[in-house]
Amino acid sequence: MAGETMNNALEALDKAVAAVKLAAEQAPDAVGAAAHGVSGGAIDPFVFRLAIFVLSIFVGYYVVWSVTPALHTPLMAVTNAISSVIVVGALLAVGVSLSGFATGFGFVALVLVSVNIFGGFLVTSRMLAMYKKKDR
Amino acid sequence: MSQNIAAFLYLVSGVLFIMALRGLSHPSTSRTGNIYGMVGMAIAIVTTLLLATPNFGGLVLIVLALAIGGGAGAYIARTIPMTAMPQLVAGFHSLVGLAAVMVAAAALYSPVSFGIGAPGSIHGQALIEMALGAAIGAITFTGSIIAFLKLDGRMSGKPILLPYRHAINIALLVLTVIFIVNLATSESHVAFWLVVIFALALGVLIIVPIGGADMPVVVSMLNSYSGWAAAGIGFTLGNLALIITGALVGSSGAILSYIMCKGMNRSFISVILGGFGGETASAATDDGVQRTVKQGSADDAAFLMQNASKVIIVPGYGMAVAQAQHALRELADTLKEHGVEVKYAIHPVAGRMPGHMNVLLAEANVPYDEVFELEDINAEFAQADVAYVIGANDVTNPAARDDKSSPIYGMPILDVDKAKTCLFVKRSLGSGYAGIDNTLFYKDGTMMLLGDAKKMTEDIVKAMKA
Repeated sequence: MAGETMNNALEALDKAVAAVKLAAEQAPDAVGAAAHGVSGGAIDPFVFRLAIFVLSIFVGYYVVWSVTPALHTPLMAVTNAISSVIVVGALLAVGVSLSGFATGFGFVALVLVSVNIFGGFLVTSRMLAMYKKKDR
Repeated sequence: MSQNIAAFLYLVSGVLFIMALRGLSHPSTSRTGNIYGMVGMAIAIVTTLLLATPNFGGLVLIVLALAIGGGAGAYIARTIPMTAMPQLVAGFHSLVGLAAVMVAAAALYSPVSFGIGAPGSIHGQALIEMALGAAIGAITFTGSIIAFLKLDGRMSGKPILLPYRHAINIALLVLTVIFIVNLATSESHVAFWLVVIFALALGVLIIVPIGGADMPVVVSMLNSYSGWAAAGIGFTLGNLALIITGALVGSSGAILSYIMCKGMNRSFISVILGGFGGETASAATDDGVQRTVKQGSADDAAFLMQNASKVIIVPGYGMAVAQAQHALRELADTLKEHGVEVKYAIHPVAGRMPGHMNVLLAEANVPYDEVFELEDINAEFAQADVAYVIGANDVTNPAARDDKSSPIYGMPILDVDKAKTCLFVKRSLGSGYAGIDNTLFYKDGTMMLLGDAKKMTEDIVKAMKA
């Protein structure tokens, strides 16, 4: 009985592995691959990601300098909330992981970042709701 | 869902995050900005779920984790007092740091689900990105916990100076780099965990020697680190939303650190090396002159303020500790009834994190257009009749402007000594957080109001209404 269940589970796991491998082989990274194709395969997708990264740093630089000093605390709270977008990694780990360890790590990560997502955005909106203009 | 559509949606969510930060350029647009941020996050989560199509068991785990974490987060966000915001932000940073470590570990143990190769043959480049993300995440984790403990008062704000700490730090850093290289070539799980352990130790050792007065820089710096950690993981996963967000958060934290350092006239390096604050500097006090301090009562203060035409209020960390912001607003209201013009002046490093005072004043319903930054209001002190300093100390010390031997010389200060009278609310005549004697106390135009900031302010209001 237990053996049969085990076998079924293993079979299911095998199928899952095959499916994920297929998905991974087909398109490991769409943007990178697309760029890869455009450049005739001469440029590594990493370079394109690096380009996006570097440009985003510049965008961040100019956007953050335009933030009014009065809102620096909400800025820290909201940057903290958006850095929880690391949730995408945690979701992959929990959802399609093939190792018990990875699922466990992913689960812990998911709990931690959801504290951050909900806590971060809610505390930011609580703060921002307090900023009022002089009533005349 | 096709990978191309997914990548496009991640880009959309990255752009929404940029707009969330952009909204913070003015209080009136900030609330919309925050909503953009929430939508961006929702898009990122839904896209990932549609792309990964987890099985039933996985879905249950995901919902469970979201419910546990989300419930805790929402509860914390609703109940936390505004004065505890610095430690809350530090605590949240530690969560992002640990999550980065965990995601990197998951990617190492199950690389197929992240599309970075099979176990035993993960691309070397992905391993390096993963290890960097994990190492920075680990430093953020322990560093933020120490910052949290210091800000929450569970640990002394005094710097803890270990012997040979610079040598130890460099050794740990070198070891971390060696094992990152080792991991990239061998994909050894042991090497990965060694990297994590060294980075965890490094996080503790970097923050422990930094004193309480430098905490605004530390909190901003850890904010920056959590961004770089996310970006590292973003490279591993080839995820646009993560790369863009990591870069945004990283540069945001770096800019805030820079602003805080400039507000204290300290170099970033000297803050990181630590050891500032806690000890009392003797240079300013030992000139042999007998100094006298003029003390006043709440009634004296009430009389002075009522008859003034312009009062500038200078709040500092002490106001947050005494929870005096509501009493302060009442004081300002009463003054306005007497026809007195009231403004607030905020030093960039007042409080324990960037913008700390602004949030507290906003909580007490002070309109944001009465609150001014240092460079916008400093010239007005000369025309003010009264400067009411409540819970601020070092940021008003004229020694920073006049005394070249002072350790804080060169730090921009609020020129409260230029006002006709400076009312200085303080518990006792001790030195401030930086451990430096304030020469302002002994000036002719200064009247010391000794007592609890909140009680003193309430007494002044009572005296004015009497």
